[in-house]
Amino acid sequence: MNINIEVNNKLIQAKKGETILTALNREGIHVPTLCYMKDLMPTGACRMCVVEVEKKPNLITACSYPVEEGMKIKTNSPRVVHSRKTIIELLLSNHPDDCLYCERNGNCELQKLSEQYNIRERRISGKKNKYRVDQSSASIFRDPAKCILCGRCIRVCEEIEKVTAIDFVGRGSKTIINSAFNKGLNVSSCVNCGQCIMACPTGALHEISHIDRVEAALNNPEKMVVIQHAPSISVSIAEEFGLKPGADINGVMNAALRKIGFSKVFDTSFSADLTIMEESSELIHRITNNGVLPMFTSCCPGWIKYVEEFRPEFIKNLSTCKSPQQMLGAVIKSYYAEQEKINPENIFSVSIMPCTAKKFECSREEMTNNGIADIDAVLTTRELVKLIKAYGIDINNIEPELADNPLGTRSSAGKIFGNTGGVMEAALRTAYFKLTGEELINYKIDAVRGEESRKEAKIQIGKLEIGVAVVSGLAAADKLLTEIENGRKDIHFIEVMTCPGGCIAGGGQPITHDVKRIKSRIKSLYDIDKTDSIKASHQNPYIKEIYENYLGEPLSHKSHELLHTHYSKRDVLK
Amino acid sequence: MRTELEEIFKRHAHAKRDSLIPILQEIQDKMGYLSEEAVVSVGQHLNIATSKIYGVATFYNQFRFEPKGKNHVMVCRGTACHVLGSQTVLEAIENKLKIKAGQTSRDGLFSIEVVACIGACGLAPVLNINGNFHAKVTVEKIDEIIESYRNKEE
Repeated sequence: MNINIEVNNKLIQAKKGETILTALNREGIHVPTLCYMKDLMPTGACRMCVVEVEKKPNLITACSYPVEEGMKIKTNSPRVVHSRKTIIELLLSNHPDDCLYCERNGNCELQKLSEQYNIRERRISGKKNKYRVDQSSASIFRDPAKCILCGRCIRVCEEIEKVTAIDFVGRGSKTIINSAFNKGLNVSSCVNCGQCIMACPTGALHEISHIDRVEAALNNPEKMVVIQHAPSISVSIAEEFGLKPGADINGVMNAALRKIGFSKVFDTSFSADLTIMEESSELIHRITNNGVLPMFTSCCPGWIKYVEEFRPEFIKNLSTCKSPQQMLGAVIKSYYAEQEKINPENIFSVSIMPCTAKKFECSREEMTNNGIADIDAVLTTRELVKLIKAYGIDINNIEPELADNPLGTRSSAGKIFGNTGGVMEAALRTAYFKLTGEELINYKIDAVRGEESRKEAKIQIGKLEIGVAVVSGLAAADKLLTEIENGRKDIHFIEVMTCPGGCIAGGGQPITHDVKRIKSRIKSLYDIDKTDSIKASHQNPYIKEIYENYLGEPLSHKSHELLHTHYSKRDVLK
Repeated sequence: MRTELEEIFKRHAHAKRDSLIPILQEIQDKMGYLSEEAVVSVGQHLNIATSKIYGVATFYNQFRFEPKGKNHVMVCRGTACHVLGSQTVLEAIENKLKIKAGQTSRDGLFSIEVVACIGACGLAPVLNINGNFHAKVTVEKIDEIIESYRNKEE
């Protein structure tokens, strides 16, 4: 704090080198922004955040301009307000007038700003854009007509994910955001993570909806419609119903899903336990048999596609385990169907995921068994909220219910999969038991917890010391890959999640930029882990049962057939 | 095509991203346009994502992504031509050929390019087709001019 600046006639202190916006935000002084995103390179493109600085002839953008000693700043002078108003009016001048039909109605930053600045008429009327929508992707829908060219999606894709599937194309009023050669996301390097959707201030980006096909199945008397929900869902939807952000409403959600008409409600955390059984065995097998190391987790479909496209030389390092979603899908249509004597073709299997890439994953041809897809439809957390609202279910007035067994009981190790580091922690708990025959005295492994993009630790298991790393965000993952390429050998097991923070901040989650909400979800999952009695995957009685009755043991022939897969190099426009 | 590209890359052996535009210009000089293959290999050479290169290239009018037609129609959109109606001339040509500026007709006979100023303001609005100037062009004359080139082909 070594610079004094005056803001709205009040003296505040700022750090040398920081931007005006950072200093103002710390003091709780609100300046509206559109193109600005925390942790990303500021561009000053939208000019929403302009402020007036004494002795400077022009208004300056607070997001990109560094503080200077003695600056006298006005954040709400008539000139500033007029300028912001004009910017909003210009953005609206060629924007479609279809807020009522828009995906983001009620949760749109442009709509909010227009309300805040009391814009009540169309003063400037521009030529409307008539760009074709891009629905080529299995996961992401793009409507360039609603795009305001803030570039947040481009920067997230490049700076956080290092994928760079999209960029500004063209110039001036003809500029749009598009993939290379305007060819569509499906042939681009897009990994379907959906972080662009989370970054988008308007309705230009959203998921490809599967609600229609789910409703069609629910209304088809020949189909038995079952549903599974991912570990992070129960701690992410409460805020959408006016409850405390991060509150765990697992039981209520089970009840709501039954009310909608799903015949069985399963828990993906059960198959997260199953993943751990297979993955930890695979890790031990690789370590004790001089297999390919380090081994990477394979739960995250964005990460898998990234390796296939950009780093195919590391495909052999990926665990062959399917993701928990696909494992449960496979088990439902085999083990469960056989047990209940149902023809798997008559089962319609739905999953609720915090993720858009899961929609792509379920459509991969590897994710089938005898020509039957493991999973038939994937709903994002946002789509689940819509479904619950559409069926008129009052979340506040239903009694919690348990999920259906044998695929509905989980350990808390399976539940913490939703956090970055969760898969690692769960895997270590079980690996420890498998290698030493004893349970961990302290299940909590602090070294792999936390929101940093990379965590590393050395874990002593009996006589074996295992080097582990946890990364989230593909840019961070790529950096680690380069280190390994350059000869790092001290890491044996690496967890990678595409979305920074893990699934609790996935591309299918309720759209928010409030870091506190993300933190409350993380905390909620760890709180569940603190209070639950079954803390490791191998202790889950239903996991023991499925191995005894059906799979045999981890890495058995049956396991390989149902729970493991393979990956291959992908040629895309990258 | 591969060898031509490699020659260009050899000349820019240790190039960084600031050499992007000169490289794209050389490719276009050599091949007449930027093919998808060329853009992808520039990306590999300079370690820049294809989408980024496409973004840069589409920012400038000078780059085209389709091979030129046998008859390359350059429409001057400089100030003098603009004042004397080059916008309507351009639209008339686009309507006649059923392609947009930057594109090439399906039969490969015609392509259109918009240029900033040919430096023949006294002749405005002016077209340059295969090096030949057409002065004081009007919408009415477009049919005749285009057909004269089409007839040459037959």
